[in-house]
Amino acid sequence: MSTTAHTMALFNDFDGAAIALEELRSRKIPGFRMEDVTIKSPIEHPELSEMLGKRPVYVQVYTLVGAVLGALVGFTLIASAQANFLVQIRGGRPLVPIPPDMVITYELFILCGVLMTIVGCFIGWKLSGKRSPLYNVSISVDKIAIVVKADRNAISEINNIFSRNHSLEIIGE
Amino acid sequence: MIDRSEEKDIVVEHRFIPRDQDIDDEIAWAKINTDVLQSMERPRPLYWVIFFASLLLFSWGVYCEIYQYQNGLGVADLNNPQVWGLYIATFIFWIGMSHSGTLLSAILLIMHADWRKPIFRFAEAMTTFSLMTAGLFVLVHLGRVWQFYYVVAYPNERWVWPNFNSPLVWDATAIGTYLTSSVVFLYFGMIPDLAICRDAASGFRKKFYWLLSLGWQGTDRQWANFRVAYLTIACFLIPLAVSVHSIVATDFAVSQQPGWHVTSFPPYFVAGALYSGCAAIITLFIILRYVFRFEAYMTMPILDKTCRLTFAIAMVWTYLNLIEYASVWYGNDMYAKQALIYRATGSYAPFWWAMNILGSIVPFALAFKSLRANLKIMMVVSLLLNLGMWLERFMIVTPTFAHGYYPWTWTNDWWPSWVQWGIVIGSFGWFTMLFMLFCKLFPTVSMYEVKEMVFHRKSSRQAKK
Repeated sequence: MSTTAHTMALFNDFDGAAIALEELRSRKIPGFRMEDVTIKSPIEHPELSEMLGKRPVYVQVYTLVGAVLGALVGFTLIASAQANFLVQIRGGRPLVPIPPDMVITYELFILCGVLMTIVGCFIGWKLSGKRSPLYNVSISVDKIAIVVKADRNAISEINNIFSRNHSLEIIGE
Repeated sequence: MIDRSEEKDIVVEHRFIPRDQDIDDEIAWAKINTDVLQSMERPRPLYWVIFFASLLLFSWGVYCEIYQYQNGLGVADLNNPQVWGLYIATFIFWIGMSHSGTLLSAILLIMHADWRKPIFRFAEAMTTFSLMTAGLFVLVHLGRVWQFYYVVAYPNERWVWPNFNSPLVWDATAIGTYLTSSVVFLYFGMIPDLAICRDAASGFRKKFYWLLSLGWQGTDRQWANFRVAYLTIACFLIPLAVSVHSIVATDFAVSQQPGWHVTSFPPYFVAGALYSGCAAIITLFIILRYVFRFEAYMTMPILDKTCRLTFAIAMVWTYLNLIEYASVWYGNDMYAKQALIYRATGSYAPFWWAMNILGSIVPFALAFKSLRANLKIMMVVSLLLNLGMWLERFMIVTPTFAHGYYPWTWTNDWWPSWVQWGIVIGSFGWFTMLFMLFCKLFPTVSMYEVKEMVFHRKSSRQAKK
């Protein structure tokens, strides 16, 4: 049997969730770490997310890689194709003309940038990973949930904090 | 999705909202979900009228295309020099129509203009379906549809030698990129709403939305990555959208044809695209507001802002139009000048004057607040503006072919055949049918963004107090 467990509390608004989070942070409960807290909400609330500590997003790195690779691959494909046009009569014009090739290079720069941004985001979501079993459909309506993964011994104290801060419902695994 | 016992309960709630307020910020989040989900489930009967009328038009277009396919392009009256006819004029029209949706949505997103939130979803859908419609014309105008791969930029195989220096190849690449990116932008921005649909649905629909929502649970990690990715794609889309119509413009501008060899064509095309797209947004705004009972979300102040934006873009287009005339008139190219005079006085003159009046004078109706507040007038004005913009594309393509360099190729009395008209009308049916299907299957008002809008406006109002 696993030594860790999950618990989720539902709150009516962001203020209630913020007070509960603040108490969780200040109580220093053994077997509980702030990094294991997840907020689930119907809209983004950056101020609340900041209370969880720094959680970096690496989407832009994927974007950069995608855009650069897109441009390189685009230009290489066109230029290599044109380089095969040796039997065509070019009349003194360059075999690989740079300015017109920039158009398709530019389009592939953007296309690959966009696609890699999505890939980066999916990786950030851990898309292929296992979803948290604790979810309530009211989160997609108007409720805010705090999901905590902690040692089994710490769960009861965490639930007490949620109850004290007027959570609407506490759901455990 | 919705309990049928509630069938009689759909009423539009009319509350007093200050006239300058884009949305009622007291509206409950649960009500936003209910309103939007109910609109998908049971639209007004006009929805089905529009849907079946568009299906009929589309069927007619398919019949015309089959007829053309079996009998050759000759039945479309396409021949030298009139090789493009309505097909390419309508292709440019649909490409233009696609511009405002994604481009304006992306610009307004970056500028944090939150009044975009209730209307951007359908505008983005409009972009996607317009591009799909435009793409059809590339195939239709070929006649030999199966040879479409000649315009696709791919490495040299089988000795086909695609010409990478041709604007037509750039065009296919740019449109393919724009279509892919627009679909990604539309779908990606819809994921939180698809999760709402998933949570409210049952049966087959639940499985459908479950698959599309990609396990969205609204976690802080998901939101943080989502925001960065969404904003990044928006940043890519702005230059992309400008490049797409600039490249369409170079199809004409890099040629030597009189009337087309104009330096200002790319910005002129981009302004025209934004203009027709904004006019289409007004038309669809009014239709969706009624058909899906979105009176509480697609409010009059938002329509007012859209109309003012359209007016501003109309004036930019008018300016660029005048610049084009002036540069031809005062330039040293007698053939280009002759082509301009032919447009204003020749056999296509009524359409040229109609284009100028509809494109440059009718938009002044948008400058009056009392007219902007009248939905019927705005509907008529927006349709007239788009008619003007379609005529603009017709006037770019047809008169130049009809009155080129060689007098023995002049075709002053050329008029498109019923086959061409049928395919053009069918394209409007195809677009409307797809758009209406989308509105039935997916939320056309972004629920999570409207919640954000309501939340932030309410918070700032309370902070001010």
